[in-house]
Amino acid sequence: MTVAMTENFGNPSSVHSFGSAAKKALEEAREQVAQLIGAQPSEIVFTSGGTEADNLAVVGAAMANSKKGKHIITSSIEHHAILDSCKWLAKNGFEVTYLPVTSEGLVRVEDLAAAIREDTILISIMHVNNEVGTIQPIAEIGKIARERGIIFHSDAVQSVGKIPVDVNELQVDLLSVSAHKIYGPKGVGCLYIRKGTRVEPRSFGGGQERKRRPGTENLPGIVGFGKAAELARINLPEEQKLITLRDKLIDGLLERIPDCQLNGHRYQRVPTNVNVSIRYLEGEALLLSLDLKGIAASSGSACTSGSLDPSHVLLAMGICHEIAHGSLRMTLGRDNTEEDIDYVLEELPIIVDRLRKMSPLYCCEKAGQCETKEMCQHV
Amino acid sequence: MYSEKVMDHFTNPRNVGELENADGIGEIGNPTCGDIMRISIKVEDNIITDIKFKTFGCGAAIATSSMVTEMAKGKTLEEARAITNKNVAEALDGLPPNKMHCSNLAADALRLAIDNYLAKAGQAG
Repeated sequence: MTVAMTENFGNPSSVHSFGSAAKKALEEAREQVAQLIGAQPSEIVFTSGGTEADNLAVVGAAMANSKKGKHIITSSIEHHAILDSCKWLAKNGFEVTYLPVTSEGLVRVEDLAAAIREDTILISIMHVNNEVGTIQPIAEIGKIARERGIIFHSDAVQSVGKIPVDVNELQVDLLSVSAHKIYGPKGVGCLYIRKGTRVEPRSFGGGQERKRRPGTENLPGIVGFGKAAELARINLPEEQKLITLRDKLIDGLLERIPDCQLNGHRYQRVPTNVNVSIRYLEGEALLLSLDLKGIAASSGSACTSGSLDPSHVLLAMGICHEIAHGSLRMTLGRDNTEEDIDYVLEELPIIVDRLRKMSPLYCCEKAGQCETKEMCQHV
Repeated sequence: MYSEKVMDHFTNPRNVGELENADGIGEIGNPTCGDIMRISIKVEDNIITDIKFKTFGCGAAIATSSMVTEMAKGKTLEEARAITNKNVAEALDGLPPNKMHCSNLAADALRLAIDNYLAKAGQAG
């Protein structure tokens, strides 16, 4: 990246030698990224990140194919980059079906098949959910989409680098990737566009990226993305080792904390994701307490989302507001060790106990004398 | 994102618990929105002699509950009733803007506890 900023400062579109050096670096990165997902380099369009890739995929494919039909299928647990794109399309003459998910956060293939109509032009289902880590049956959906001649997009921001992703095995036509989720720089990503798939650009003013994404390329970011993609490909087997740590953490939490439930599928989840709900507690108070102990986590609580509602993903899984507020997500990374897991398993029960002693919901419900028996009956 | 005072009251909350045979109890919020505060008070000669809280909620909700118990203890009912949510936030050196509404209800819970006491006292009298 430093070389891209200091030596290869030329514009890849320029004729001079600085330009051609930059162009070479750009194309090398394109090859590295393509190789990671089993694509051809010419099928990679660099973007400013996963969000832009999602927007370009959904809106771009819908607009380019609107003469064939105006129906789109997606799921209720997609990232907002997809959901908000669909909302925009719905305001502009398209119809969107949002598939429900099971209580374990999985899309049912039969629901998808049943939702397909004559005028369905696009299906967009994420590969791995960003909150609960569940792995969706993308290859099965891809097979159906291809049989029916429907364009299939998958947001793979959370799967690439964590589990094998191959655009041909998954039978996807469009696939979004973000660099910073594979230890690369922030502000860069790409959309894979299978050769022959029609996608209209969403920005205008140049012929870069095969006219799909005009504007001078973010070369330092793209070079960093390329390197990260190369390393992700080499390190993929290492990621599988995190499964042991993940399962130790999940089992430990469920064992040591009463009234604690796992969110998402027990095994059909990425090696890096642990998401539990701890009843009678609010997520932000948990995060603050964990942070004081040097443990970084996140929550689906409304307090941490900046809105009044808790996570749309947990709600779509049928988890009630109260329990969604007490959700806690921990993401494992390459540098985590078994000692880290032991440390969390030691500290978290103490924090939970302290906060529960303060909670008016806990003591009285436990003692069976509660006036506010509003905690839902889920679980 | 939180002031030192908020973090102090969050990590070392004052007056946590529930009073046995409380003279007044006030509860506000609901589990759906993610905040519930319950305040119980003891009253003698028109003065709040003891006060405790229990809160289900975020850091700000816990800190404001803790702070309001400190502010109300030893005050007359009139003085305690005059405490506003804004006063509580100010005493904590401010709250983040998004917390001013949803998690800043402790003074309201206190007022409900006082009203509960007054209603009971009125019935008794």
